[in-house]
Amino acid sequence: MASTYVPIATTTLGSSAASVTFNSLGSYTDIKVVYSATASSLVNSRLQFNGDSSSGFYSTQVLYGTGSTAAATRQSNQNSIWVDNTDTGSNVNTTIIDVMNYSNTSTYKTCLIRGSAASTQVDAHVGLWRNTNAITSLTLFPSSGTYSTGSTFTVYGIKAA
Amino acid sequence: MFNVISGILDSGVAPDVGAYEAIATITVGVGGVATADFTSIPSTYKHLQIRAMGRSGEAGSSTNAIYMRFNNDTTSSNYYAHRLLGENTGVYAQSSQAISGMDFIGQWPLASSTASAFGVAIIDILDYASTSKNKTIRSLNGAEGNNTSVCDISLSSGVWFNSSTAVNRITLVPFNGSSFSQYSTFALYGIKG
Repeated sequence: MASTYVPIATTTLGSSAASVTFNSLGSYTDIKVVYSATASSLVNSRLQFNGDSSSGFYSTQVLYGTGSTAAATRQSNQNSIWVDNTDTGSNVNTTIIDVMNYSNTSTYKTCLIRGSAASTQVDAHVGLWRNTNAITSLTLFPSSGTYSTGSTFTVYGIKAA
Repeated sequence: MFNVISGILDSGVAPDVGAYEAIATITVGVGGVATADFTSIPSTYKHLQIRAMGRSGEAGSSTNAIYMRFNNDTTSSNYYAHRLLGENTGVYAQSSQAISGMDFIGQWPLASSTASAFGVAIIDILDYASTSKNKTIRSLNGAEGNNTSVCDISLSSGVWFNSSTAVNRITLVPFNGSSFSQYSTFALYGIKG
């Protein structure tokens, strides 16, 4: 039987980096990105597809809890998807991104995200890229500063029957 | 074992790729379909996962939930569902037992909502072949349309109050007798124990 759930690539940062890009996503149905990271300051992590940094084609709906409060917020007409709040120092965050049906050319692309900056909050996001092109690359980056040394990023491919 | 399951369901660790198998896929063509129906599901896995992307033909410009039946059981009292929903700037905790299936498993854009925007859902069905306990599910699902009419992210759970029967059929259903639109896809996976 063909492999259904396949690790595609892993990056462990040997030095701080302003972004992490995966350019070879293979031929699967869905893509899953798992990362464990810190940044140079507490910032949003952001996601772009195919190097598209055009303003206005991304949006995100967020549900989050910060200890005693549950809340929701959103961003429309952005230049990237809001993935999580990446913390700093020893406060490692864990984020899982599922990009659904990423290579189809008929629909906009939507992803589900579970992010946890465990020392401050837990959150769930749904993000949209208003583009029908197949996704061939993805880039994660902190909204300012850099990801820290030792941060790990892994991409998996999931292939439907 | 724990790492295999947690790796697949949450992807916190590298999965054992041989433990996760694609069973079937439904891709909706021109004209849509009334339901997405997986039949003759083998009982040879420990858990199931459905990964879906869809849109409803129901009239409207916002979103509506979709629901799910097991073994074609349409008795509403046999199901219960909860969700924690974030919609625009509101947070809502909701429950449902008034429909003929398990509610809240997804939230799909409707016919006149943002063109080409599809809702998405990842649904885990745990120990589906058990003949000694009720069947439970969880779902992470959402829809986003770059506006405040299509802006839902939800953590859902559900139960089918049937402890003695293995799940061998799963039917996903849009609300209000509507349809799933073209390009909707539903992929079923089995996870070995």
